[in-house]
Amino acid sequence: MTKTIAIARANTDILGIAAALFLGAALLFVAGFAQAAGAHDVAHDQRHAIGFPCH
Amino acid sequence: MTGKILSSGLFAGLAGGLFAALLQFTFIVPLIAEGELYEDGTRVHFTEIGAQSDAGAPSLVSIMTEDPTRHLGTLAFDFVSFTAFAMFLVAGFAIAEKRGHRIDAGRGLLWGIAGFVAVHLAPAFSLPPELPGMIAAPLQDRQLWWVGTVLATAAALGLFAYGRSALLAGLGIVLIAAPHIVGAPHYDQYFGQTPPELSSLFVARSLGVGAMAWSVLGLMAGALWARR
Repeated sequence: MTKTIAIARANTDILGIAAALFLGAALLFVAGFAQAAGAHDVAHDQRHAIGFPCH
Repeated sequence: MTGKILSSGLFAGLAGGLFAALLQFTFIVPLIAEGELYEDGTRVHFTEIGAQSDAGAPSLVSIMTEDPTRHLGTLAFDFVSFTAFAMFLVAGFAIAEKRGHRIDAGRGLLWGIAGFVAVHLAPAFSLPPELPGMIAAPLQDRQLWWVGTVLATAAALGLFAYGRSALLAGLGIVLIAAPHIVGAPHYDQYFGQTPPELSSLFVARSLGVGAMAWSVLGLMAGALWARR
């Protein structure tokens, strides 16, 4: 019983970590990398400020 | 656990993004606008008779008068960027905690400083932050190099901090050095049109603001993580 709970908990931990990594990568792509004109213009100053390769 | 990861990441990211935006507005955005004066030819520094031009950055208000939503975009995307950074931090916290390491505010600060090294300092070491108008190698090449450098440096710092053998530390040294030995994409000519004084101040400010913002981000993330 304890073992089952421990395994279930480990699985949700991995799910949470994966969700955070996925969300982080998706947000980073939008903020720093997407080249659609709209995204580029609005994100322009913070991209330069943070040092993302821009233009 | 999932709720703890996502909520501490979100709130730390909002705090770090707000702090970063305030610092950028004060110290960096005027320099970007000044760089654009050289990009669009309003000011010219290098001429046939020599190099000289007026100094002075446009004010935040005058930038806003020209483009009313520009600062809003900067603030919004600082939230997005720093929430992204925070998500990577808290995912790292979760992995470290599963391996028996305790995370608190002080530890979070160290993680934040490591994040600054991985995301700002290491890429800038070979590919310095660019003012608008700088001619640089093809964008995709630089983006690829940037991502590779950030990942390799983060992995190296993780090995230095948590790897418990000389072999892993050696692997860390290889990982942290490799992007700079391979070299960042650069052209074999200089094209700079902005005064060197402005470019170097911009780079120093970009790194300084990055260091401060990541310190707050790490501290907040660690404090929020320990509280819940």
